[in-house]
Amino acid sequence: MSEQGGTGGAAVTGAQSLVRSLECAGVKHIFGIPGGAILPAYDPLFDSSIRHILVRHEQGAGHAAQGYAVATGGVGVCMATSGPGATNLVTPLADAHMDSVPIVAITGQVGAASIGTDAFQEADIRGITMPITKHNFLVTDPDAIARTIAEAFYLSSTGRPGPVLVDIAKSALQAQTSFSWPSELVLPGYRPVTRPHSKQIREAARLVLESRRPVLYVGGGVIRARAAKELRVLAEMTGMPVVTTLMARGAFPDSHPQHLGMPGMHGTVAAVAALQKSDLIISLGARFDDRVTGNLDSFAPNARVVHADIDPAEIGKNRAVDVPIVGDAREVIADLVVALQAEQEAGNIGDYEGWVRFLAGVKQKYPVGYDAPSEGLSPQYVIERIGKVSGPESIYVAGVGQHQMWAAHFVGYENPNTWINSGGLGTMGFAVPAAMGAKVGKPDTTVWAIDGDGCFQMTNQELATCTIEGIPVKVAVINNESLGMVRQWQTLFYGGRYSSTDLQRGEQLRVPDFPKLAEAYGAVGLACDSPEDVDATIEKAMEIDDVPVVVDFRVHRDAMVWPMVAAGTSNDDIKYARDLAPEFDEDDL
Amino acid sequence: MSTHLSTEPTVHTLSVLVENKPGVLARIAALFSRRGYNIHSLAVGPTEHPEMSRMTIVVDVEDSPLEQVTKQLNKLVEVIKIVELEPRDAVERELLLVKVRADADTRGQVLDAVQLFRAKVVDVAPDAVTIEVTGNSDKLSDCLRVLEPFGVRELVQSGIVAIGRGSRSITERTARPVAVPIPQLA
Repeated sequence: MSEQGGTGGAAVTGAQSLVRSLECAGVKHIFGIPGGAILPAYDPLFDSSIRHILVRHEQGAGHAAQGYAVATGGVGVCMATSGPGATNLVTPLADAHMDSVPIVAITGQVGAASIGTDAFQEADIRGITMPITKHNFLVTDPDAIARTIAEAFYLSSTGRPGPVLVDIAKSALQAQTSFSWPSELVLPGYRPVTRPHSKQIREAARLVLESRRPVLYVGGGVIRARAAKELRVLAEMTGMPVVTTLMARGAFPDSHPQHLGMPGMHGTVAAVAALQKSDLIISLGARFDDRVTGNLDSFAPNARVVHADIDPAEIGKNRAVDVPIVGDAREVIADLVVALQAEQEAGNIGDYEGWVRFLAGVKQKYPVGYDAPSEGLSPQYVIERIGKVSGPESIYVAGVGQHQMWAAHFVGYENPNTWINSGGLGTMGFAVPAAMGAKVGKPDTTVWAIDGDGCFQMTNQELATCTIEGIPVKVAVINNESLGMVRQWQTLFYGGRYSSTDLQRGEQLRVPDFPKLAEAYGAVGLACDSPEDVDATIEKAMEIDDVPVVVDFRVHRDAMVWPMVAAGTSNDDIKYARDLAPEFDEDDL
Repeated sequence: MSTHLSTEPTVHTLSVLVENKPGVLARIAALFSRRGYNIHSLAVGPTEHPEMSRMTIVVDVEDSPLEQVTKQLNKLVEVIKIVELEPRDAVERELLLVKVRADADTRGQVLDAVQLFRAKVVDVAPDAVTIEVTGNSDKLSDCLRVLEPFGVRELVQSGIVAIGRGSRSITERTARPVAVPIPQLA
């Protein structure tokens, strides 16, 4: 391995080597909390160009790093001490692992001599996080710090992105070493394939031309690969319908006529039908997640499958594949465009007319919509208005549950990286800290956290961070006084027995009072409980740009997320509303 | 542990080259455990290259296809290379140490069995002998069947180690890992 400056690097402490390495890796912001084992690193960090944002809980640091990474397209960084500091990062690491978010977590570890002795604040965080990181390291040798940090950033940001944890013993941070930033890395077991095989591309193009009912099944990989432009070219040149998964919202404009919306358990009828009735699924950076496929055995029974993914292990994992393509989504799509262009010039054009007409009919007949309640405030309306008033240039970050599904459907996304949520792990409490991270990464962009009242109570302590550090996020609490999604399942599948989903006590007093809580955190607290006031309240929130704003939207609690494919059932059994199955006019096919 | 591995079609022998770093074995064991893959045996040791270790993993893929097992293994950063060794193209060996009851009356018959299997006596006590047998799974189980009537007091068995036949080496192309330039960050 060659290193700049060879062995004669500058004499520094391990902690200084760490901070200089982070600077060399291009880090501008770190979210973290100091503590005993990581403390040596915080001393040189004090003088560094890197801005450290002191959060209130390490989970907040991890989700903030995720929000930062997605919003900026770079690597997010979080830092914590050993033991409980490190274990508090477990949820964000697992979340980032599921959703392929590039973050690097730096944790302090007890001194090398104490490792394995059950020392104070010792936890085997490398062992704990092995299955939920792309890779992780334990560093006890101060000379290895710079190289390990370089490897961590390289691993996190290349191939299929993901979280990498670097656990550094306090003794290594305190010891003397020489700093030199490597110019090359030796990772003999890590060779991600980004260039797709030309034979596979030709084969995929052939299937595209042969098929009569193709669909572009677009996943989060298209966003990570920055392939939205290429996707649009491919879609428009072929006329193929497009569906975007929960992780891919924004990869293709919602306003585009070829876009059928989100597929899956709470997908649109048109998107679910497009997959279910297709004869060719072109999967781009998606992974046939169970929330998309429903019951696998009855998923898209007549479809052949082209599956393009940068991770070979995703291909064929859940669904058998006809044409596997290993590669970066942007390169795959660009190559497909070239191949199909050549075919078009030779007069070979796919005929999808009947299919497109059929799906347009389904989309028209079963649009995403909702029934406004006779009294009270509709949560869908609130979210729809936030999307309209704030517009498609804003960033929207959601928690997990009903509000997340409504935010996926009703905001309206036109650009990649403007929708940030916890898809794979489904982490309640994701929104506030992730919005905080997104706002740090994109300070000039309006960032809305669309949160539930259950989620908000899991991580709202980061409002203190937002106020003190000058991170003016906007939080819309879609407050239905319950764990809404669980309540919906209890309504549908447990005979309306609301076991432990009511977050209030049925009295007038709301606990906590969210606007007051916001004010306690130095944020502005607003409340809204009637449809007439929604726009004015959103506009008022939009005007405040120096402190965080929390809007308590008091919505009616019986709203449900539709459409829905009940867990474990077939996509064929999608319900457009309760007890209402869509009817398909398949004569066109 | 099954003793008739080579006859079962769902059982495969993988030779896995890994970086010789702490924690690699834990990573692989954790992967198999988490994904519900079934390990029949695992043997690990050094190779001719000090920076690499080699594992021989016998995996039962009745429930998850071999392709998924190898792909998931390959995702581990410290896994350098995986080769499936077909029984007919590879030499497979296990080691068995077995302590068999043998007094003055039976010792002769036990020693006959030892000779028959080209095994070795490695320790002797007045009422027992300890025998070392190497071979493939079939040979070891045959040997055990012959010894069992004398009374097996204790036995210990290694996992399979395997190597491909012929002159080719699975380590030769990977011996010099390629360095990648560190990407210039904006």
